[in-house]
Amino acid sequence: MSSYQKRSKEALAKRVAQDIHDGAYVNLGIGQPTLVANHIPEGREVILQSENGILGMGPAPAAGLEDYDLINAGKQPVTLLPGGAYFHHADSFAMMRGGHLDICVLGAFQVSATGDLANWSTGEAGAIPAVGGAMDLAIGAKQTWVMMDLLTKQGASKIVTQCTYPLTGVACVKRIYTDLCTLACTPSGLQLIDLVPGLSLADLEQLVGLPIRPAAA
Amino acid sequence: MINKLADSVAQALAGVKDGATVLIGGFGTAGIPGELIDGLIAQGARDLTVVNNNAGNGDQGLAALLKAGQVRKIICSFPRQADSHVFDALYRSGKLELELVPQGNLAERLRAAGAGIGAFFCPTGYGTELALNPDGSPKETREINGKHYVLEHPIHGDVALIKAEKGDRWGNLTYRMSARNFGPVMATAAKTTIATVHEVVELGALDPEAIVTPGIYVSQVVKIDRTATQAGGFKKSA
Repeated sequence: MSSYQKRSKEALAKRVAQDIHDGAYVNLGIGQPTLVANHIPEGREVILQSENGILGMGPAPAAGLEDYDLINAGKQPVTLLPGGAYFHHADSFAMMRGGHLDICVLGAFQVSATGDLANWSTGEAGAIPAVGGAMDLAIGAKQTWVMMDLLTKQGASKIVTQCTYPLTGVACVKRIYTDLCTLACTPSGLQLIDLVPGLSLADLEQLVGLPIRPAAA
Repeated sequence: MINKLADSVAQALAGVKDGATVLIGGFGTAGIPGELIDGLIAQGARDLTVVNNNAGNGDQGLAALLKAGQVRKIICSFPRQADSHVFDALYRSGKLELELVPQGNLAERLRAAGAGIGAFFCPTGYGTELALNPDGSPKETREINGKHYVLEHPIHGDVALIKAEKGDRWGNLTYRMSARNFGPVMATAAKTTIATVHEVVELGALDPEAIVTPGIYVSQVVKIDRTATQAGGFKKSA
């Protein structure tokens, strides 16, 4: 296989941010997706939603200015931008389910070629189950994007024919942004959007173990 | 004359019975009615079903209620936290029943209870292992206009314990920032709603355009002193 350079976590966040349009209402999942907020291109106004009842969520406050009545989904202190609004939980999730959010970006354990998502449980015996808002977000937003490393630490593809971990949602993922490529999930399987330099489509197909249609011209 | 102002937490909680379903507001530590939970521990009602987004942090508040052995079952979306050791131990030893519910279903099932809805078809969780009844049987599903839905039932509370910011003697409430979370919807879903506030104001002092929970949903209001931080905000309460 030819030599290629993986996207760093920051580079991946930047790659996702590049596709978020001006005026978009966006929910960024806990963990890696929150990095995307730091990379929204200059000149684009993007409104962030937090599941616990915030639109217009701003960055973390300066040290010493934390207010624990104003936190994000990961329970970290945040700020509110001018124009922001608060609302209760039933409204927040109605907003998701009702298709009002343009984009949500989530992490994943596995995604199937047709967009099934597994990101809430590894199904491990004895583990404490916890789902939070993942299932509501996955099926609610107009577009659900996944952001993850393509391969597990053991080198197995996290993009699979069929998820073996418990599902979060069925056929809900539109795009997968990874450290090696960006792919679209379609009813007929994967389609390439882009690749890191030095990696060929044939190399990528070998890593994923699934057919990938070339990028649309 | 209507006066929903209670003199104390103990007075407000006197009517909570063994076996009650108790809706407890809050998300993480924001909006958790810590004083009411402590009051419930002192009051001693047992065999409770508790509904909260989480399952307690550290050893205070909801975690302390669990530790006191007063809770039989918890209905929540995200019990696992870095400091949820009290829940973890009880759950693993089989002493606490868990009904895990996607967060939006939790909110909407509460909303349905408050709004008199018998059940509703919801797309969340379709095709997942959370589209099962507590006994493991599949929940009813239906395809409507090409989309799949799961039948979800309301969650009714006997009592709701919530934290608000300001209230008056009619029980009208406003909230503070993201501490609002489950408070307004839980207030509608219980037979009795008890709210703590940091400020009690005269009737008419709350802007009618800004009242989030109208007093019809509130039974009792208890004033709790607030603990300010340097930020002008409020300390993490358990």
